[in-house]
Amino acid sequence: MSAFLKLLFRNRLAAMGAVVLGAILLLVLVTPLLPLPDPNVTDTSQRFLRPFEAAGHLLGTDHLGRDLLARLLYGTRLSLAVGFAAAVIAAFFGSAIGIVAGYFGRRTDNIIMRGVDMLMAFPYILLALAIVAALGPGLLNALIAVAAVNIPFFARNIRGITVGLAAREFVDAAKLSGKGHLRIILTEVLPNVLPVIVIAMSTTVGWMILETAGLSFLGLGSQPPVADLGSMLGEARAALITAPHTSVVPGLMIFLIVMSINLLGDGVRDALDPRLKSGALSRPRSMTRVDRKGPVREAAQKGLLDLQALETQFHVGARVYRAVGGVDLHVKKGECLGIIGESGSGKSVTALSVMGLVASPPGVITAGAVRYDGHDLLSSGYREMRQRRGENVAYIFQDPLATLHPLYKVEDQLAEAIQSHHRVSDGEARERSLELLRAVRIPNPESRLKNYPHEMSGGMRQRVGIAMALANDPDVIIADEPTTALDVTVQAQILALLDDLRRERGLAIVFITHDFGVVAQLCDRVAVMYAGRIVEEGPTKAVLDAPAHPYTKRLIACVPELGGGQRELAAIPGLPPSVDDLPPGCAFAPRCHKARDACAQGEIPLDGTPPRAVRCLYPEEAV
Amino acid sequence: MGSYILKRLVSAIPVLLGITVIVFLIMAMIPGDPATAILGSYATPENVEKINRDLGLDKPLVQRYFIWLGNMLTGDFGRSFSLNRPVLDEVLERFNATLILAGTSFVLCAVLGVLAGVVSAARQYGLADKLITFVVLIGISVPAFFLGMMMILLFAVNLRWLPVSGMYAIYGGGDLADLLRHLVMPALALAAVATGVVARLSRSAMLEVLRQDYIRTARAKGVPERRVIMGHALRVAMVSIIPVLGIQAGFVLSGAVYIEIVFQWPGVGRMLVDAILTRDILLVQGGVVFVAACYVLFNIAVDVAQSLLDPRIKT
Amino acid sequence: MTVALKVEDLSKTFALKKPLFGAAPPGVRAVRPMSVEVQRGETLGIVGESGCGKSTLARMLVGLLEPSTGRIEIAGKALDNADPAAFGRLIQYVFQDPISSLNPRKTIRQIMEAPLRLLYGMNREARDKRIAEIFDSVNLRHEFLHRYPHEFSGGQAQRIGIARALAAAPEIIVLDEPVSALDVSVQAQVLNLLGRLREEFDLTYLFISHDLAVVEAVSDRVVVLYFGSVVEVGNAKTIFNSPRHPYTRLLAESAPVVGRPLTAPEQKGTELPDPLNPPPGCAFAGRCPKATDICRREDPALRRMGEDQFAACHHPIEA
Repeated sequence: MSAFLKLLFRNRLAAMGAVVLGAILLLVLVTPLLPLPDPNVTDTSQRFLRPFEAAGHLLGTDHLGRDLLARLLYGTRLSLAVGFAAAVIAAFFGSAIGIVAGYFGRRTDNIIMRGVDMLMAFPYILLALAIVAALGPGLLNALIAVAAVNIPFFARNIRGITVGLAAREFVDAAKLSGKGHLRIILTEVLPNVLPVIVIAMSTTVGWMILETAGLSFLGLGSQPPVADLGSMLGEARAALITAPHTSVVPGLMIFLIVMSINLLGDGVRDALDPRLKSGALSRPRSMTRVDRKGPVREAAQKGLLDLQALETQFHVGARVYRAVGGVDLHVKKGECLGIIGESGSGKSVTALSVMGLVASPPGVITAGAVRYDGHDLLSSGYREMRQRRGENVAYIFQDPLATLHPLYKVEDQLAEAIQSHHRVSDGEARERSLELLRAVRIPNPESRLKNYPHEMSGGMRQRVGIAMALANDPDVIIADEPTTALDVTVQAQILALLDDLRRERGLAIVFITHDFGVVAQLCDRVAVMYAGRIVEEGPTKAVLDAPAHPYTKRLIACVPELGGGQRELAAIPGLPPSVDDLPPGCAFAPRCHKARDACAQGEIPLDGTPPRAVRCLYPEEAV
Repeated sequence: MGSYILKRLVSAIPVLLGITVIVFLIMAMIPGDPATAILGSYATPENVEKINRDLGLDKPLVQRYFIWLGNMLTGDFGRSFSLNRPVLDEVLERFNATLILAGTSFVLCAVLGVLAGVVSAARQYGLADKLITFVVLIGISVPAFFLGMMMILLFAVNLRWLPVSGMYAIYGGGDLADLLRHLVMPALALAAVATGVVARLSRSAMLEVLRQDYIRTARAKGVPERRVIMGHALRVAMVSIIPVLGIQAGFVLSGAVYIEIVFQWPGVGRMLVDAILTRDILLVQGGVVFVAACYVLFNIAVDVAQSLLDPRIKT
Repeated sequence: MTVALKVEDLSKTFALKKPLFGAAPPGVRAVRPMSVEVQRGETLGIVGESGCGKSTLARMLVGLLEPSTGRIEIAGKALDNADPAAFGRLIQYVFQDPISSLNPRKTIRQIMEAPLRLLYGMNREARDKRIAEIFDSVNLRHEFLHRYPHEFSGGQAQRIGIARALAAAPEIIVLDEPVSALDVSVQAQVLNLLGRLREEFDLTYLFISHDLAVVEAVSDRVVVLYFGSVVEVGNAKTIFNSPRHPYTRLLAESAPVVGRPLTAPEQKGTELPDPLNPPPGCAFAGRCPKATDICRREDPALRRMGEDQFAACHHPIEA
């Protein structure tokens, strides 16, 4: 709770809203104690006094000579009370309906949501007017009407959330723990829905105050002589031109209340929504921010694509995650380089850094260089980077359903890849697209061109992804776990395809994976990453046959191989370190059985006789 | 596509029937009898009985509903006693005025709202974003009727740029230019809240989409940033914006009630409020059912637009 | 040996929405009628690719999904109403995604207590004692009990998931891809733990996975599923070395293995059969190099081939 409040008030606008709303609330709470004239006593001789015109009538008087300040404060009391009451009632019934519909699903859901849709088929005021017409004008009836027309909104909103929750595995687990439906709804679903209800309420209270004020404005809410803010405005309208202050005073009050509630509501939403907490709802820029402290030293060109001392970090709040902590890599023309590591090792971030595709914020490239054919891409800026993306260096990503655009046809996505770099006619682009689909061996390429991604299988989608990468005949392809989301039989086909293409076209491939089998079959050289750094590098066969780093050796031992029979598997105790809190020295030392004191002190260089290298003081093999 | 539209139209039938049932039931809850309201001080027992018979109020509820429904299907919405003319004639005439006002506001809120949201998202935390966020916050916090009144004070009374109220000038008006001059303030006042809501939603929808993997793919292909935002991202964002536009259309129609009163616009909203205050039940019933039915049809159009945009929706 | 779990003619057909005009379509047959027996203390591996029906099968076995046909017998008792609470004491489930199987707003203690309280009606003291025992068995520190799920790594969360399943003291645990969300170095920790727990608590496992090597390492027998049907059953030691069904062989040859050259075992760009419009005969016929007319006409039955191997194939691979 205190964490929530801290988060809430760190948001300056929300704090401002809270202060204004707090002041108004305080004022209306003490109103009966203030020395104010009776708000309902008329005195026609004192009509339409201007503000500050007469003593005792600070804000002047209305058309019947009643004190505006008194009426304003009592009216505010009433408006706030009615608005909050309507919000609570609507939230309670709406959420209850939404949870029941969302949790039970099927018929229950169907019937309830049909009814809700029916109510939402009315523009809300028609329903409110009809209810008020039936019940008769009056503030309580206006409250009922406003609450009733808002129930469907809550029901729909909460149902959507509940449907998602009901399908979550922890609900299944609760069922298996012996919980009944009521218990699950109250103890499993409700705690997860509650923040959403609070958010929905805090963002709609203002709206409900507006609506009740509206009904009163129409003369259907509070009845004379009692006034809420809406009816004050309604009564003042006739004298809008001659005595504008009688309109301005209640109007500004409504505006102040609703604005402060909206500010506070947004703050509550931001503080309760976990996605916003981590700053994840930031828009990634078109290119990763490059913020290098100091110049990059010159280095001899080693391959077509050279990474030199590359460092990429994520800055989240005060924390710095050193996802890539100084990586040197190169890949030559026609060569396949594998980068292998477990999740969090920084292999994907390394790959995305090459073309500035790391989401930024929070990603920042803080040091190093990415040289394509000797030219540093990171110093060139967005315009040049865009021209090289896809043209010189292309990507294939992991999950082809998420990485292909869902609303464009295959044909359009392929043509766009070409036309972003080359001025070709649509017909020509289509011809090229067809060729590309043939090149990746998609059966019936003509008809596939017209497909949307969701109409294809995972394997076919990944072939499209590969075709798109090939669109501009790039020299380097970076494949980021391209087969991880696929079934093994499909994976085998995709790997074979990539291998063929690479030989046919002389492509350089950087292949990111966590699978030693894949590396062994496809890659010429391999780099092993751990906690953001390369710990071992060398020709694939040499590294796999005689791993030099204890991590590599033990990781290979962990992988079960087919044909080994039922057995105890080797494991590495402990967990990889978090990259925002790396130990000094070797990051693997805390898990390493060979570690000595020296391992935890100072920088350990990546050393060896090319082409092999290892970052270890006590390697398994001398390299 | 044709079959999808047909399917949606057929599925609207139960919704329309439901609307008539809801309206009828709500109206049947009215305490006291309408005959007394109609007759006022002429309410002798004989007169009341005669009116009740004329209006069919002596029959059971269910039967009354079906008579009312049957009459409506043949275009007979009954007769308004307060205006002494057929309900449908009055509603059609008034709805025309409302449509001009609400339609203009809806187009304004859709275009301006989406545009503001896209700019805001594309320039997140930039000056444009902050400015838009601020204006939007004011827009959604100010009651439409108050905004309208302030506009009258400023633009009509003080600056004398625009007419105070009404749809046409009483003398010498009646052409399109005259209508437009009268339309500016009410349309803007009515669009303010909806524009704010659409802008906020568009912004968050765009931010959500811009984080997706396929946006990264587009960038990795070298697609220019303008096209990434206005093509790839906006297209997907529209999938979640369009249903909200449908809901906002309902809010614009609702807000029209206030605006019509503030600006003396001869629309259906003002008619309804007057009808409620005079307890002209047939006029209320007819007006509500008619507008709600139009809104249902509009939402079908929204669904069709949605299915055109998103091939994943089964047509 | 006693039978721990017996399944007869179990199947699941998901109904499709009836269109506005015309009759309802026949529905998607996620699991075709299948019969399986698991012996007490045994680990039965279930392998197959996405869409083969392995998760649907698992959910039916623990009572989370009502079967369309067939019956489930656990320790000789028939359980035919889909009521997870009745199943809970006999059979438990360990989920694929360890984090999402733990309610983010509950402490680990609350999560652990639910089965003890609701399935066994234990009082607080008994619960504390039992939780302590279980946590010792799965190597979890006791102070974890006060924490929330998001504070754990995948491997730890999966051990909590296993601890929760153990708390119900079931005879059988269905493990649905329990390590596929984990890194290899952590995966081995969890697999070894599972092996030890099986001995310690005399458990029977149904181990579902897409990873043949993992399944082989932990299972006694293996069932291979394809398109909702059992295509082959056999001893874990031999089934992948001498498969009788061409699909089993394809699976075994597709897994990338260090030291084996890269060859696509299947060059044709073949697609899985369409579940909405299943082909007649053997579902694998479209991808099978040995398929003949009979395969496209008749659905092959599961036949005994060799000592403890069964395969559903018209043209099995010779041993």
